[in-house]
Formats: sequence, C-alpha cells, structure tokens
Amino acid sequence: MQNVKVITGTSAAAEAAKLADVDVIAAYPITPQTTSVEKLAEFVANGELNAEYIKVESEHSAISACVGASATGARTFTATSSQGLALMHEILFAAAGMRMPIVMMNANRALSAPINIWNDQQDSISQRDTGWIQLYAENNQETLDLIIQAFKIAENENVLLPVMVNLDGFILTHTVEPVEIPEKEKVLNFVGQYEPKHAYLRPEKPMTQGALGDPEWYMETRHDVQKAQDVALNVIKDVHDKFAEKFGRAYGNGLIETYNIENAETVLITMGSLCGTIKDVIDELKAEGKEYGLLKIISYRPLPTEEIKEALKGAKNVAILDKDISLGLDKGALFTDIAPFLKDKKTVNYIVGLGGRDIRKANIKEIIEHTENEAKDTETKWIGLKE
Amino acid sequence: MVNKGTIIYEPGNSINNKTGSWRVFKPILDNDKCIKCENCYIFCPEGCIQPDENGDFKIDYDYCKGCLICEEECPVKAITGIREEK
Ligand code: SF4
Ligand code: SF4
Repeated sequence: MQNVKVITGTSAAAEAAKLADVDVIAAYPITPQTTSVEKLAEFVANGELNAEYIKVESEHSAISACVGASATGARTFTATSSQGLALMHEILFAAAGMRMPIVMMNANRALSAPINIWNDQQDSISQRDTGWIQLYAENNQETLDLIIQAFKIAENENVLLPVMVNLDGFILTHTVEPVEIPEKEKVLNFVGQYEPKHAYLRPEKPMTQGALGDPEWYMETRHDVQKAQDVALNVIKDVHDKFAEKFGRAYGNGLIETYNIENAETVLITMGSLCGTIKDVIDELKAEGKEYGLLKIISYRPLPTEEIKEALKGAKNVAILDKDISLGLDKGALFTDIAPFLKDKKTVNYIVGLGGRDIRKANIKEIIEHTENEAKDTETKWIGLKE
Repeated sequence: MVNKGTIIYEPGNSINNKTGSWRVFKPILDNDKCIKCENCYIFCPEGCIQPDENGDFKIDYDYCKGCLICEEECPVKAITGIREEK
C-alpha cells in the first residue's frame, strides 16, 4: 500500500530530509521556506527524526553551522530563500571549496528592493558561480525525489559538492499536492550511510580544513570544483536511473526532461514549476493538431550542454523563459548560458514572472505565437510588462 | 596536488607550500665575495639562507620571498637583488 500524503512543497522537502536521516539541521526561518524548517523542528522535537537542530540567529550562521557540521562528517541539511540565500553567499563558496556535501532546499523568491516575498528564480541564479550543484523541481513530488537524490549525488566520492534543490516559492512551497512518501528503510537503503573519507574531525588524525590557499594553490582548487561538476553530470544521471528503478518515478534523464520535443519545430526551455503549465499548453495545442515541445532543465549547474544540444537537434525556434534577469545585459541566465550553443536556431529570450507575476496559459500561447511569427533572433521580451 | 577541499592531513606541511612564487626581486649571492659572516643567515626572515657542506652560503629560492633584507645586511655587498624573471 502506497503512502500518499497531500502536502506542500516545504513539507515534501522536510519529509525528504527526514527520510534521508540527516544528522544535523541548521536553518533560519524565512518566507516562503519557513514551514519547511518548522516541520523539521517538529520532527526532531517529537522524536521522529534523531538529529541535532541548531538554532541560529541568521542565514549566515545557518550555513556556517552546516559547514562546521559537515566538516565533522555529519549528513547536513538546511533550507532558505531569497535574502536568506543572499546572506549565505559568502559561505556558499566555502561550502563548495571545502567540498562539503551539504544539501539545501531553496524556496525561489525575488530579491529586494522593493520587498517582495513572491516567486522568481533570481536568488539561486545569483549563486550560480559558487560551485554548488543546482537542481530545479517542477512539483512537490519532484522536490521530495530530488532531495533524496541530492544526498547521494553530493556524497558521491568523486563529486563531494553541496547541492541546492530549488522549488518555486508559494507556487510549490504553499500549495498541496499528493506526494508519495517512500518507506524510510527503502530510502536509507538507496542513499546509504554517509561515510566521509575526505573530511571528518577525529582526534587520532588531526587535520586542517578551510586553510589558506595562496596563489600557488587557489586556482587548482577552483579547477577541482569544475572537474567535480563535470563528474556530477554522469553521477546525477546515474543516481536518477537508480532512483527510477527503485522508486518507479523518472524525470527525463535526471539532467533534462523533454516533453513532445520529437515533432516540434518550436521548443520552449525553462525550469521549475512553469514546466507544468507549459506541458498543459502543449497538450491543449496538440489536441488542435499543433506540435510544440518543452525542454525542462532540471540540473542548471552542472549545465548539461551536450544533452541540450542533442535534444534540440530538430528544433528551429527556441524560446528560453527566464524567471530572472541580468540587469545591464537585458538577458536571463538560461538564455545567456544556452543560446551560444544554438547558433543555427532562432533563439528568443522571454523574461517572465518576476516577483511572482502570474504566468498563465495565455502567456505561454502568446510566447509560442511570438517566437514563431514575430520574434527576431536573440531578442529579449518581457512578458506582461505594464507600459 | 591539492587534497580535495584543500584539507591538510599532516602537521607542519607548510614546507610543501613553495612561497617563493611571491618574489619580485631575486637575491644573487656571490660566494667569491662572501666572508662567511653569517649576517644573511641570521637576518633572512624566511630562514632560507644556509651554508652547504663546504661552508658556502646558498639561497633556497623555493622559499625566498625577495625581501632583499640579505642584500641590505651583507657587509661586503656579496648579495645583489635583480628583477625576477620566470
Ligand atoms: S631576499 Fe629576503 S627571503 Fe630572500 S634570501 Fe634574502 S632575506 Fe631571505
Ligand atoms: S652576509 Fe654577505 S658576507 Fe655575510 S655570509 Fe651572507 S653573503 Fe656572506
């Protein structure tokens, strides 16, 4: 008998951390992540989860505590959002450089000013060069599944990088969906025990962590993280396949997921919950005999450029939808990252949904229409902007 | 090679860090002029001037940072700083 609970995205994240039997949680509440750490605090308080819950006074301290905990060899989890993630920025580099396999849930939310608690992906996009692996979930089930996989990816001996699992604020964090909760035994069996070999504090074998890296060594350490990101491409795929086999749920190849892309000349690319809306639109248009495709990016870092190129072989027009914006360039992150690989196609950048602006089916249809008929190559169009 | 996560497993391994890469000036020691007064040996803040088995003073360029204190302290101008070339 399957255990299905109707829960929010933040609860799904908390359930996942519990299933992976984390040892240490350090987090600070921030909208719309709060309900996730509340849930975890509850699990710890009522004995459902045997973990150390470190209360901290800010997100900077939360991630610092996580780095410290991870450095002792503990399986570590945190959750944050927006300004909180921005406050962690400094330590995010340390976590990646020190190769700490911390797993984080980030509730994607816009950054101030003006103060805005609603969804866009600017927060995590702004952390893209820290060395963290970044995965994006489309729904609550995928959130749970990705977090379970994240521990196995992060702790892989050849990866050893922190992983950030992103879910759209409010759209996923505060709406309920039926989520299948796997058995703890089964999850533990899948994730395995974390047995750190590279770093854990023990008196018999003293070590220095987080040491100075002078110009003689710093560049090598950054290159090492790049190599680990390369390795992660295969590890993510592999972990996904094993997950699919064991739990019966698959998401493309783990890096990207394609939807009706085979017969489509026009393909939309985006990540997160927006993919669900696009799939609906694609189904509707398919019923009218029109073929459109979706390329969903699950792994934004590492970015699977080969897989993306391969998947888009048949496409002529590519609409890249960004819930973020690189100001001063007037382009979103996905577009700047992907368009250079698609020189033979018309690539159009759409800036959508900043600060929680709704993206409706009509907007998607407008984008498809515009990409096919009016758009100029490498144009940027802000959808739904008030004049 | 750097350990994963730049973790240092043994104590005292800063000898592996060749700090000589910081150098802009390189001291050249002329043992023909040297009177073996040991001033450079005493004053070098990096401890990288040592006599060899023949008593000739040698500079360990892996750690010499090019401060040229040795040039300053040498009473007979046996040490000259030149611009480092790679
Ligand atoms: S230049 Fe400075 S570091 Fe180098 S040998 Fe002379 S005193 Fe020592
Ligand atoms: S200070 Fe000059 S003379 Fe004295 S030992 Fe050094 S090189 Fe020789």
